[in-house]
This record gives sequence, C-alpha cells and structure tokens, in this order.
Amino acid sequence: MSGDALAAIILPYMPAPIETHNLTKQFGDLVAVDDVSLRVEGGEILALLGPNGAGKTTTIRMLASILRPTQGWARVAGFDTAVDAAEVRHRIGLLTEHHGLYTRMKSQEYLAFFGAIYGLDPLHTAQRADELLDRFGLSDVTNQRLGQYSKGMRQKLAMARALLHDPEVLLLDEPTSSMDPESARMVRESILGLRSGNRAIVVCTHNLHEAEVLADRIAIIRQGSIVAQGTVSQLVQDYLGSPIMELKVAGRLDGAVGLLPQGIHIRERGDDWIRFQTPDPEQVNPQIIESMAAAGVRIITLSEVKRSLEEVYLSVMEREAGE
Amino acid sequence: MKLGLTRELPGTWIVARREIRDQLRDWRILAPIIILTLFFPLLMNITASAAVNFVEEYGATIIGDRLIPFLLMVVGFFPISISLVIALESFAGERERLSLEPLLATPLTDTQLYFGKIFASLIAPIGAAYLGIIVYLVGLLWRLGWTPTPQLLAQVLVLTAAQALLMVTAAVVISTQTTSVRGANLLASFVIIPASQLIIIESLIMFWGRYNVLWWIVAALLLVSVVLGRMGLHLFNREELLGREFDKVDLKWGAERFWEGFRGQARSPLTWYRETIAQTLPGMRGPLIIMTLATAAAYIIGFQSASTFTLPEQLFDQERIASVLTNELSNFGFLSANGWAWIIFNNLRALAIASVLGAFSLGIVAMLLLMAPVGIVGYLAGNFALAGVDTFRLVTALVLPHGLLEIPAAIIAGAAILQLGLAALSLPKGSSLGASWLVALGKWARLMLALVIPLLVVAAALEVFVTPRVAVALLAGS
Repeated sequence: MSGDALAAIILPYMPAPIETHNLTKQFGDLVAVDDVSLRVEGGEILALLGPNGAGKTTTIRMLASILRPTQGWARVAGFDTAVDAAEVRHRIGLLTEHHGLYTRMKSQEYLAFFGAIYGLDPLHTAQRADELLDRFGLSDVTNQRLGQYSKGMRQKLAMARALLHDPEVLLLDEPTSSMDPESARMVRESILGLRSGNRAIVVCTHNLHEAEVLADRIAIIRQGSIVAQGTVSQLVQDYLGSPIMELKVAGRLDGAVGLLPQGIHIRERGDDWIRFQTPDPEQVNPQIIESMAAAGVRIITLSEVKRSLEEVYLSVMEREAGE
Repeated sequence: MKLGLTRELPGTWIVARREIRDQLRDWRILAPIIILTLFFPLLMNITASAAVNFVEEYGATIIGDRLIPFLLMVVGFFPISISLVIALESFAGERERLSLEPLLATPLTDTQLYFGKIFASLIAPIGAAYLGIIVYLVGLLWRLGWTPTPQLLAQVLVLTAAQALLMVTAAVVISTQTTSVRGANLLASFVIIPASQLIIIESLIMFWGRYNVLWWIVAALLLVSVVLGRMGLHLFNREELLGREFDKVDLKWGAERFWEGFRGQARSPLTWYRETIAQTLPGMRGPLIIMTLATAAAYIIGFQSASTFTLPEQLFDQERIASVLTNELSNFGFLSANGWAWIIFNNLRALAIASVLGAFSLGIVAMLLLMAPVGIVGYLAGNFALAGVDTFRLVTALVLPHGLLEIPAAIIAGAAILQLGLAALSLPKGSSLGASWLVALGKWARLMLALVIPLLVVAAALEVFVTPRVAVALLAGS
C-alpha cells in the first residue's frame, strides 16, 4: 500500500488542528450555522466561501471560542472551543472582518499591547513586530497614529496582530476586503507563505478569485449549511460534470462531426470548432485525433476548457436555491 | 497554585494601562480633568474664603466651619464625575468602534477584561480628584491657615474613591448591557440620580457635623460596589456583547417572560394560589429572613433612639390620650369606610413607591422605606417607655390587631421587592438580565396579588374598625 493511500485511511482518525462536528449556532429563531462538519489538516488552507450572511463569521467566531455552539462541537488545536476556551484563544490568530484598531496608538505600541496579552517577552515582541511590519510594508509609517492609516494599512496591521504570537491556527475573516489590488496580492502571498506543516488556516471570503488562489480546499456555505466541499477540481467535477473539450480545426467542421466517437455529449459548436463533454478524455481524445487525421481533417487544437470556481459557485447556489 | 488575584492582576493591568494611555491622549477627557483639577479648586477656595469672612461678620462661624469640609468633598467629587463618562463608554464604545472582537478573541479572562475596564475608568479621575483636593487645601492653608484633621482628610479621600467606585461599577454594568454609547448614556440616569441623592445626603451630614456617619456611608458604598462588581462579572458574556446587534423593544417577548414568572406552572387560579403559598413563598426564604431581621432591627433602633431624641413628656399624658381615643376617633377617619379606603390607598401608594425604588436599588431603598414605619413605632414605644407608660399594653392596643396582618404583608412585600432588586445578581445559566428581571417582576406581581394586597386590605379594615376599639378598651379604660 502506498504512503498516500495509507495516509488517506489513517488521517480521518487522527486529530486535526481544526475539527467541527454538527456545529450549529442559533440566535433566537435564526439558525445562523446549521450542522457544519469540517476538518482542516495542518498545512492546509480552507476557504469558507459564501454570500454575506451565510454564516461564515459566526463559524469563525465559534472556532475562536467567542460564541458557544448551540449544538455540536468544535476542536481547535486539540481543545474543545466550548470547554477550553482560554487554551483555544492562546493558540489562534484571528483577523476579524473589521480591523478594530485603537486609533490613538502607533503600530509598535499596538503590537506590544497584544504581545503582552499573549505573554510574549517585550523584546521578542518588538523584534517580531519589526519583522511583521516590514513584511506588510508598514515599516515606514511606524511614527503615525493608527487613525492616520488608510483602510488597507489598517487591515495589514490587523493581519500582523493575528500573526504576532505565531499561532497554530489562523482564522482570517475577509483578509483583503478593503485592500487595493497590490496590497491584496501582498497579503495573499503572505498567507500562502504562512502555510506550514502544523498550521491550519481558514479564510472566510466571498472573493472567488481569492479562494481559488489561496485554498487547498473550499467549503461553500449557504444559509448556515455547508452545501459543497472539496478541492477546486473535485468541485468542478462534482458540480459541472465531466471535463469539456474544445476541438478547433482548419476549415469547416461540417462532415467531420460524424467522425466523433459515440457517447460524447456535444454542448456547443461553430463553423470550425466544437465543444463536447466526455467523462474519459484520455480514452476519447486520441481516438478523435486518429479519426480526424485519417479523414484528412487538420486539427489546430484539442484542449480542455478551463472552468472557473465562479461557475461552480453559481451552479451550487442555483441548485440550492432551486431546492 | 497562584492566588486568583495574582493570576488575574497582570492581564487586568495590561487592559487598564492601555485605556489610561488612551485617555491621556484624548483632549475630551483631559480638558475637563485639568479644569476640574486646577481651576475649580481655586474657585472653591475663593468661595470658601469669601463665605467664611462673610459669616464671621455676623458671628455665624459654624457655617464657615462646616462649609470648608463640605467644599473639600465637592472639590473631590467633580473630577470623579468623569469616571462615569469613561465607564459608560468602556464596553459600548469598544463595541461601537469594532475593536471589541479582537480583544475578546485573546486569552484575557472575563475578570481581566472586566476589572481592567473598571480600573481604567477609576485611576485618572481619582488621581485628578486627589490633585484637586491638594490644590484646594494648599489654597486654604495659604488664605485662611486652615488644615483638615487627619480623620477628615482620610474620610474625604476614601469617600471620593468609594463614590467613584460605585459610579464606575454601576456604569460598567450598563456599558456591557447596551449596544451603543448613546444607549449607555441614556441609561446613565440610573447612576446619576442615586449619586446626586447620595451627595445631598452627604452634604446634610457634613453640615450637621456628624462626620463619623461618613464612615458608614463609605462602608455602604463599598458594599454596594462589591455587589455591583460581582453582578457585572456575572452578567459579562462575550457572546452577548458581540451577538446583540441592536437594542429593541420586544413587547411580546417581555410579556411572555413576565407571564412565566406570574403564572409559574399553574393551570387554574386555584393551583396558581396553591403554588404561590406552597412554592413561591418558601422559595424566598432568604429575602424573608432578611426582611424579618430588618423589621426587628428597625423597631430596636427606633426604641433606642428615643433616649437620644426624647419627646416632651406631656405628649404622653394618659388622660389626654384617653380623651382623644374616646372623642376624636371619627375626626381622624377611624370607624368609617372612607378611613378604610384612605388607609388602603396610602399603603398601596407606599408599596408602589417602595417597589419602583427597590427595583433599581437592589431592594435596599424598599427595605429602608418598609423599615421606617416600624422604626417610628419603636421610637414612639421608646418614648412611652421613658414616660413610664406600659409599652406592651400600648403596642397591643395601637398596633397588634391590624399589625398581625400588616407586618407580615410588609415583610412579604419587602422580600418580593428585594428579590426583584437582586434578580440581576442571580441569573440562571443562559438567561439574560432582561429575561431574569421580567420573570422576577412576574413573581413580584404574583405575590402582591395573591398575598400582600389581600392582607393589606383586611389589615386596613382591622386598623379602622377594630384597632381603635381595642385601643379605647385598653388605654382609655372603657
């Protein structure tokens, strides 16, 4: 048995940095999070993707031990979020949706305050703060009060705050929501750089591009429930069906269509191109090339049509709305 | 294992220190502190000097003697009034500025967060108050050569800190229970009104010259502050702080909670009455014992006070009393339905006032109000005893017939109000302050309707129609 196969069998039974089981949160009559079961391994980034009000922030707040689950449980860094809240809070870094900085402070002072809360040595905090401020391009503004910072700068400092104590688990709620494209890219690269063997990261977002760029796995949440979960390619396969291939030929296609193998599903066509869906492109594509070549049809390209997470997302949402 | 205090103190100080630094950078806090610390004491100084010189011209030196310590207290009080503003803003302000969530996600304990905010609200205003007192005293020494006794100085310093502590502990509770600074400010009257009443009482005591009473006030303030601190910590709930989106009035929900307390498990009026006697009443054993002891204490204190504040003996002339009882009872409304209605109205009005004041003062004001009549009876009995009248016979004649019902009614009413006032201190798990208070209000209404009001109605009838006859029989010799 290969190592990967063994891991696939064993891993689900091993404790993961983030695990939830039937996690539910109710506010009065409103079920904000409904029966959510998640598992994020060390070194993995999970994107929690969903529209506003889907329950992403409530899930994050339960993982951060700020809200108690109404039902179910969550374990973060090996501790139950309801029972060992203090232990959980020691081990997480939370970037809240709203940065919530103290505007009369300066960056070093602000990070020193949080360093003291986490029990860090002041000297170590200062060094770590310098390093983080440098990483996020804030070294030049250390003399300014935080109230003078732009939205993006505030968000980056909040990110530095979340990373200050080198947490085992990072919970990032809309990490680039108020940033310009350049800053957003810097933060995304930084998040990717934070992936390490033991650290699990959850990123809440409704930015599909961000989810696609950052996440190893994506969980789509709608009205409090996880409606789809997996890698981007798994989700594409599950929700958009078999791969779609596009064949482009020199000249008109007309009679060549009859050369296509049985069982493929033609989705669209033009004068010199055709798109078809097949569950088994490895088998089908060589057959097509052979038969076209034999018939003297000159193939320009035969390639898979890239399908985006956006299509998956919209497909999931439409399907759920239909139900 | 570290002591709780040692464990909690570093985190508490981290929270407090940040807040204090923040305050010292905020001109809206700094400006009034500076004005009240430096300019106001100088103004008081000029006032004191002018007043002393003026009253001395007319030989009323005592007014000057009493005015200077009073102004000392006022000089201390003004800067600490800022602590109220800071405390009201503590949690509500952080919530409004969206800086609360990052703080709640840190390993700080509830105690560290809560008491950090309390310390932060106290330190700068108390420091300013003490500085103001120093400025005032230096001015007095320079202008009038006056210095306070060490006891008076200690009293004013401790009293100033205790007043600040009381206002802050109350205001922080309010701040945790509202969603905005505006909401907290609107509720601030629950602190401002009692605090202003307290200042009036303290002023009277200072002009009266009974400075020792101030120690009792300090003790009471500290006790209430401890209760409020404990209550605030008990109510402190990270989830509620973040989860509550806006303050809304939900009458249906409120009516349901009230009904829950009022109805209990009863399915019919009969089972409701039975449940009141068999479950609700025994469930209030603690408040009932407290009220009974308070009533007895009121009688004893009243009785003892007679030797200090003795009434003229001629008031207790037996023949005069007999004549009044025999000839003028009807003039006082006795032996008539009108008199009966008047007594019922009077008692219900007293009960309503006690309930309203008690509900917002942890039951303390209600307890004092209900103790007062018993204290007066004790005081009169004490005076009768000093005049050589048989007190037992007097109490049996004038109080006992209706008192047998009226006193238990007052004790039950006092206990119900005490329970209502203390509802916030003993919240059931998962219950909010509002829900707990409304359930307690339902129980209060239940006890009033089932027991207190019927007892008072019958007692009033006895007071009007039976007590006078017993009094005439026993005291007038008819």
